[in-house]
This record gives sequence, C-alpha cells and structure tokens, in this order.
Amino acid sequence: MACFLVPGTEAIVTTIVTAVVKHKEKKHLKEAHIETKDISEKIGTKFSTKLGWLNKMLWGGSALLAFEHVWHGEVIPVFPFLTAVKEGEAAGMLHEMGTAGVTMAVLVTAAWAGMVVVSSVIEKRQAQNEDTKEVKA
Amino acid sequence: MTLLITVFAAIVATLIWYKKTPDNSMRYGTLALMYWGASIMWFVDAIFEYAELGAEFFTPEAADMLNDSYLGLCVVALGLIIWMISLFIKDPKGVIKKALLKKGA
Repeated sequence: MACFLVPGTEAIVTTIVTAVVKHKEKKHLKEAHIETKDISEKIGTKFSTKLGWLNKMLWGGSALLAFEHVWHGEVIPVFPFLTAVKEGEAAGMLHEMGTAGVTMAVLVTAAWAGMVVVSSVIEKRQAQNEDTKEVKA
Repeated sequence: MTLLITVFAAIVATLIWYKKTPDNSMRYGTLALMYWGASIMWFVDAIFEYAELGAEFFTPEAADMLNDSYLGLCVVALGLIIWMISLFIKDPKGVIKKALLKKGA
C-alpha cells in the first residue's frame, strides 16, 4: 500500500545526517592539515562515504518500490496520491507501514551496518599489517 | 519474479563493480547498492506475503508470474535509467563537460 514511505523517510533523514557529517569531517581534516587525497591512507574510508552506501540503498530501493506501487495502482498521480487513503483504508495502510515498512528499513540498515563492520575490520587488519611491515623493516 | 529478477540484477551489478574496482569512474557500486536495497525491500514483502498465503506463495498463476516478470524487467530498466542520470550529473570522466565545451567553442 505505502510501505516504501518508511525507508523513503529514513533516506531523507540519513541524507541530512550525511551532509552534516561531511561538513564536520571537512572541518576536522582542515584543522588536522590532512590533504583530501591522503584521507584513505590516514583514516580509511570516511564515515560520510559509508553513510552514502546506506543512502543509495534506501533511495534506490524506495524509488523502485514506489514504481511497483504505481504499477499496481496503489499510488495515483492525483490527491491524496494513495489509493488506500482515497478508499478509506488508511488504518490498513498504516498497519502495513508499521509492519512491512519498518522491517524493510530495519533490514536495509542492518545490511549496511554489516557492510560497515566488515569494511572497518578489513581496514584495521590492513593498518596492522602495514605497522608490522614497518617494524620488521 | 520481481524479487528474483532484481536479485539477479544486483548480483550482475556487484560482479561488474568487483571486476572494475578500484576504477570507480562508471559508479557501478551505486547501481549495485540500488538493486540490493530494492531486493531487501522485496524480500521483506515476500516474507509477509508468505506469512499470509503459506505454500500457495510458491505456486503463482501463470498470468501473475508473467505480470511480475514484466514488472521486474521494467524495474531493472528504471534502475539503469536512474543510474545513468546520476552518472551524467556527476560526470566523473568529464565526458559531458568536454562535449558541451566542444560544442560551445
């Protein structure tokens, strides 16, 4: 009915958070006198880049899911835009948003969290290997 | 079928990204993440549908399957269009910029 609205709303929030984090990172890097091209070597993948992965999954998924809802006639081009609201089934729609919609948002976020953990572990191992090489040299 | 087609699109996009990394000029990662996001969302949809229908979920009518396949292909095409537009806007290789400047000169 309108489950895509939940991950879509999360996408708006995470996009704003990404912009704020990006701004803060830029400020910190300026203060630490780190050149933009050296970032990946010194601090690994920036958190704003990692948040970008979540944004892409949420925006892409919501857009394609919204298209599916248009396909099935659940989203219409005229006010109130949702067939469920027009036909007085708002309660059912809200229930679906609260169950399927929230599960979608949670699962996408969990998959992203997994990606962040794996990438952090790989970066940490890489840094440790480089440190060991330097000590041996 | 929509879920299955999107998952295959996500796998293909991910393999292309893996083959081309670290060259990120075509932004295949964006395409892969978009398809994975949609796949996860349809997977959740499938779980809820399975909870409602039970085993019947795995034996859809031929007409429904055809409609879902058609939808899946349209979704893949829409994903490619969104990716292409974002690629042209970001223009990491500067191709659009070069072409426009050449025309202007």
